[in-house]
Amino acid sequence: MHAAGSTGAVMERAFGSATGGGLLRLLTCGSVDDGKSTLLGRLLFDCRLLYEDQLAALTSDTSRYGTTAAGELDLALLFDGLEAEREQGITIDIAYRYFSTARRSFIVADAPGHEQYTRNMATAASTAELAVLLVDARKGLLTQTLRHSYIATLMGIRHVVLAVNKMDLVDWDRAAFDAIAAGYRKFAADIGLVDVTCVPISALRGDNVAAAGASMPWYTGPTLLSHLESVEIAREREAKPFRLPVQWVNRPDQHFRGYSGTVASGTVKPGDRVVVLPSGQITQIARVVTMGKDLECAGAGDAVTLTVRSDLDIARGDVIAAENSRPVVAEQFAAHVIWMGDEPMLPGRSYLIACGTALVRGQVTELKYQINVNTLEHLAAKHLDLNEIGFCNIALDRPIPFDPYSENRDTGGFILIDRVSNATVACGMIAFPLRRATNIHWQALKIEKSARAALKQQKPCVLWFTGLSGAGKSTVADLLEQMLHRLGRHTVLLDGDNVRHGLNRDLGFTDEDRVENIRRVAEVAKLMVEAGLIVLVSFISPFRSERRVARDLVGPDEFVEIYVDTPLDICEARDPKGLYKLARSGKLPNLTGIGSPYEPPERADIVLAGASEPAAQLAEKILDVLKQKSII
Amino acid sequence: MWSANQRSHLVELEAESIHIMREVTAQFTKPVLLYSIGKDSSVLLHLAIKAFWPSKPPFPLLHVDTTWKFKEMIAFRDRRVAELGLDLIVHTNHDGLQSGINPFTHGSAVYTDVMKTEALKQALDKYEFDAAIGGARRDEEKSRAKERVFSFRSATHRWDPRNQRPELWKLYNGRVQNGESVRVFPLSNWTELDVWQYIMSENIPIVPLYFAKPRPVVERNGCLIMVDDERMRFHPGEKAETRWVRFRTLGCYPLTGGIESRAQTLSEILRETMTASTSERRSRVIDHDQDASMERKKQAGYF
Repeated sequence: MHAAGSTGAVMERAFGSATGGGLLRLLTCGSVDDGKSTLLGRLLFDCRLLYEDQLAALTSDTSRYGTTAAGELDLALLFDGLEAEREQGITIDIAYRYFSTARRSFIVADAPGHEQYTRNMATAASTAELAVLLVDARKGLLTQTLRHSYIATLMGIRHVVLAVNKMDLVDWDRAAFDAIAAGYRKFAADIGLVDVTCVPISALRGDNVAAAGASMPWYTGPTLLSHLESVEIAREREAKPFRLPVQWVNRPDQHFRGYSGTVASGTVKPGDRVVVLPSGQITQIARVVTMGKDLECAGAGDAVTLTVRSDLDIARGDVIAAENSRPVVAEQFAAHVIWMGDEPMLPGRSYLIACGTALVRGQVTELKYQINVNTLEHLAAKHLDLNEIGFCNIALDRPIPFDPYSENRDTGGFILIDRVSNATVACGMIAFPLRRATNIHWQALKIEKSARAALKQQKPCVLWFTGLSGAGKSTVADLLEQMLHRLGRHTVLLDGDNVRHGLNRDLGFTDEDRVENIRRVAEVAKLMVEAGLIVLVSFISPFRSERRVARDLVGPDEFVEIYVDTPLDICEARDPKGLYKLARSGKLPNLTGIGSPYEPPERADIVLAGASEPAAQLAEKILDVLKQKSII
Repeated sequence: MWSANQRSHLVELEAESIHIMREVTAQFTKPVLLYSIGKDSSVLLHLAIKAFWPSKPPFPLLHVDTTWKFKEMIAFRDRRVAELGLDLIVHTNHDGLQSGINPFTHGSAVYTDVMKTEALKQALDKYEFDAAIGGARRDEEKSRAKERVFSFRSATHRWDPRNQRPELWKLYNGRVQNGESVRVFPLSNWTELDVWQYIMSENIPIVPLYFAKPRPVVERNGCLIMVDDERMRFHPGEKAETRWVRFRTLGCYPLTGGIESRAQTLSEILRETMTASTSERRSRVIDHDQDASMERKKQAGYF
């Protein structure tokens, strides 16, 4: 088998793609058996883009893992790149494939179809402009066809090709194809998909993939490949208002100060009046710099360095935008969120949020509803698990510039990052800003924390006790407060059980409520530090993430994390409140350490071996550390 | 001059790579660019210079030298670094060298592990780099096709293909804890053909070994191995003969097969590349040692 075409045709292909239809990023999706990998293999094979050694490897793989009839290459095996995938016969991760024809270059993101891989599909769709959805002509539209269409639309894809595959297995029947196509068009209209093209194909035999073939004379539309080569992708982002999220300040010496970034939308040229957000400073573009030459104009997608005419303070995370058509600047918004983390999303928990080039802290303040991706129904929910989609309100710790995702993917899409593991745990698409906060302004006060503390002649701080139930937190905290009191310090003790009798009496013991429980206590502790007090907090506080939030709410020297490290069996033997007995008998399902996890601190300021010394000695130890830290 | 209709795919690929390089500089405290002297590294370096211009690339280059590279590669490396005024760190695994590890007696698997993978890890640890930029492309090999642009590595440099961070839009999550690092691949979406077209359109200097000329070679297991110095070990009956060859990829000379060719200009190379009937990794001896060898090497910390 010779793998490449005649020299002339190939040269034309390469140089054609270099000057012609540009680059098309597309996504292929379908279920395990729809023949997606076979289709991709067929495209490469028919475009003569497979090399002899790749064919040889494929032949050997076919005999080892193949599922096709004897003598036929299993083209799907080209794409199951990981050993584990080949052995299990499934695609685990997104694979990216590349091919070009005389008219265009293509980047294909191949996403696995199983329901548990919603996150992979969303990831693949985030950079794609077109989706090829595969359905099996024998099975017609399945729930997952609809699910894939919904996710593609949610991720901003506006062009869909429905490839009705395995036409050879329904005797090339026109009626079967027509019924599927009509059904799909109706569904597509319901979810707002405008550009839909339906093509009957056989990936195995090649009909209507690259060439029409003779089996379906009744079909007069384009082949899949010729459609991909010629489809007009609306490059709307170039017509939209100018946005450039600043990536990096370029400062080789004192004579040059430029702002490097990729134009997210619109165009920019010297002399344009722009606004820098969130600060709101106005200036004019001086130069559009690239190596070798300045540009007269740069457009969406160009990576450039801008200089401006005034001396401004511009940093990474800022957005340079058209003065008369600005993005929103806000610290709250509503967004669709696709959860990608193994641990569930809990409202109230603090995450890092990356949007454009900004990185801020924020939290999901409210999960409005969850979306069933199969029925598109809205469901009430307390949290989101892996691969679930929800509509949420999100609050940031400072305002950032953004656009609705439907207007601009690059300034309206964001990811959530877990603050402990640094994993990317979700992606989000901003729907609209929430303006509730805009009428509430921070009131500047004349008497500050330092003034209040000075009057009390002490350094205010939070002494945060964490540990299992029965570890001895409250006993030690109580003793410590008595010691501090005798030293003339102004203190207050927030005890878990006591606070749950009042402020937090509406909260239970689910993970969601535990997060909210700690959030409120952390805020109260912060207010009391503002008041100049030494605040002892004695809460199980099982999650690292919330303890870190509590630390971040006050100054870096104002938080002392004290881990009362008492082994579970000793806590259980003490069982001062009889909780472990209840938990063991199944009457208390969420007790920390039994039915609910405890995440010990990785770097506590003080670790107390709660089982080895009497409580009074432990309290003395803390006192010593506080003296060393010159807190008292 | 920008124009919506004439935007070529190379322009898009270039912009994407520049964006990625800038993210590295903005997000990491101590990045490094892995410079292996080959054509992909040449493109990578060119992109780095474009990305930060008029500043110089704000990171050093690192070359992991096995001591078995082609002489012409080392000469080219030193010349380019001097011309561009860049910082170059050269690291060799001296433990491996002292225990006499070489590509002839130890087989390419052991040799690669000690002199390349181990050496790379040593250098990354020694200089405490938290990001290493490399020129790998997804079209090179099946398991590469599933690699992220920002590819997270544990403190022991391991890659876990089942636990990769989702990568959406242009948002690259480069957050790491002490000791952890990220390998960054700005050329992820480039093909071999793109690389050659870009070298041609940007006039990027490359090692002369890519161009055909008469060279002393021996034919071994279907590969043409060049006799680059006196350390070459001949099998019984083998003798160097002069043939017109060029190289599609460059590495350690005893493990790199040349191809017979008369292509002496970029456009002739491009023509051959487009009509080639085998993929470029065919000329690397190390990939064929075992099935799924790249996936395993990558998990252990190879680029």
